[in-house]
Amino acid sequence: MAAVVLQHLTRRFGNVVAVNDLSLEIAAGEMVALLGPSGCGKSTTLRMIAGLLPPTAGDIRFGDRSVLAVPAEQRGAVLVFQKHLLFPHMTVGENVGFGLRMRGLRQKEIHVRVQEMLELVRLPGFEKRRAHELSGGQQQRVALARGLVVRPAVLLLDEPLANLDANLRLEMRELIRSLQQALKMTAIFVTHDQEEAVMLADRIALLFDGVLQQFDRPRALYECPRSVQVARFFRNENVLRGRKEGERFVCGESHLVVGGAKEHPDGEYLLTVRPEEVRISDSQVENSLWARVRAAVYMGTHTQLLLEVEGQQWRVHGPADGCYPAGSGLWIHLPPQRIWLLPPAV
Amino acid sequence: MSSFWRGGLVGGIGVVVGLPLLVQVIWSFAFRWYFPDLLPSEWGLHAWRYVFSDSSRVGEALLTSLGIGLAVSLLSIGIGLPAARALALHDFPGKGLVEWLLLVPIVVPGVVATMGVHLVFIHLRIADSSLGVVLVHLIPAVPYMILVMASVFANYDTALEETARTLGADAVRTFWFVTLPAILPGLLVATLFTFLISWSQYVTTLLIGGGRVITLSMLLFPLIGGSNNATAAAISLVFVAPALLALGVTARSLANGPSVLGGLGRP
Repeated sequence: MAAVVLQHLTRRFGNVVAVNDLSLEIAAGEMVALLGPSGCGKSTTLRMIAGLLPPTAGDIRFGDRSVLAVPAEQRGAVLVFQKHLLFPHMTVGENVGFGLRMRGLRQKEIHVRVQEMLELVRLPGFEKRRAHELSGGQQQRVALARGLVVRPAVLLLDEPLANLDANLRLEMRELIRSLQQALKMTAIFVTHDQEEAVMLADRIALLFDGVLQQFDRPRALYECPRSVQVARFFRNENVLRGRKEGERFVCGESHLVVGGAKEHPDGEYLLTVRPEEVRISDSQVENSLWARVRAAVYMGTHTQLLLEVEGQQWRVHGPADGCYPAGSGLWIHLPPQRIWLLPPAV
Repeated sequence: MSSFWRGGLVGGIGVVVGLPLLVQVIWSFAFRWYFPDLLPSEWGLHAWRYVFSDSSRVGEALLTSLGIGLAVSLLSIGIGLPAARALALHDFPGKGLVEWLLLVPIVVPGVVATMGVHLVFIHLRIADSSLGVVLVHLIPAVPYMILVMASVFANYDTALEETARTLGADAVRTFWFVTLPAILPGLLVATLFTFLISWSQYVTTLLIGGGRVITLSMLLFPLIGGSNNATAAAISLVFVAPALLALGVTARSLANGPSVLGGLGRP
């Protein structure tokens, strides 16, 4: 059964619609990312789930029970923010034990569970320390422990890694993921970083301007985007407009074989291929297009090529060791199974 | 700033604040002290004996001043804390007007306002009473509470409170366990301000109290400019003592522990 259900959730601020008719079903033990650019309504959604902000319309259910009338402190949805993580006047132990204390547990049990939890987040023996004595990463781990220790119905993370430096972020991602799986915790986290969402989440809900674009597994958002905007957000700008006729996609003079073409009726489409799926070739082979190099940037693992393909600008990953002078021409091969057809943009 | 200049500055402030007090201390123990003597020619305890005698009414006035000051402080917190929070953290129509109105009592001379208030208080039958005096002291005190606390709340992030809420703390416990500790240094300063404002009121107390409510300043001010310098000095020391004491306590509590009040806490 779904642990958290959002039904037609809407929130307006004056004339601005921050979240527009959002419906999601999140399974128990699942980790879901709310992904989108800043101001897309993802934090607003999180605050509504937590009970800190009433929705304008729609319903929020935990299990089969609507929680709209349940105040934040009784809802059991713990929110972890990216900054101002810890209560500054309390020790680490008091911070982690705060939720248990609010639930009226006895000091002895609080102590035991706090210790357990600090060990889980790899900070054993830190009870007596104060917040300002910890590094950013340690503070984040304490904040996580403070949320997890009350065994929340759902753990809500608002950009939990945004304030950490790159190395620490990787470490924290792994910790969050392993804790969430070990405790079988239902979790929703907000991020604007698609890489983070892909690495951490079982499923990603992509929001633009408060509207859900696609809710699916990370692989599907990469490989089967539902719109040009979704593709573009996952760094795929390669688009060609044309007609699908039978197995083929016709764009100007070019004919391309499309794998899985039977799923789509004939008609106008946008063809797209991810930058890393495009192959560079010296000569014309099947399913290839002529392209002119506009710019090439060496990226270490590959070369980022800015190409002009049928009058469109494409970004393609070429081998790192290639030489691509600007203005030169080359053939790009599109593997039929890697071609994805999108409905034509309105 | 180098430690030399810092030491000099602190020393300078010490001299400016301390020397006049020292003169008062000497005066309070002087029996005869005429020009051009550097120190009194005769010393005596008569001023202090008078202060501690029943006829001086200093003890009684001290209690009255304390009581009124505490009441004013507590009421200022009750009125000023929610107001400051609203002004610092929320936008609402007419906010500019409210901020302006709050500053008015600081700008308009107290006597002017008090004359008007006096008439109203007579109608309400609270003139010549401690209640009336407390209420009239709130006029200059509340704006200071709001100004100080608004600056505290301007640096305050409600995310801490929201975290506490989702961890299971209701509104009351969130305030007690999270908000109050965070704003406490600022609140102490603001409370000290309001207490001292009430403590040093003279004209408003005189008008509204009608001579029935005797605070310490009611005893002290008539003595200043009178011929009895020793008694005036002794009472003025009693008058200053709580202020210095409160300042010391507040400074100490500000130095310890985290402060959201930029500039007043330790860097």
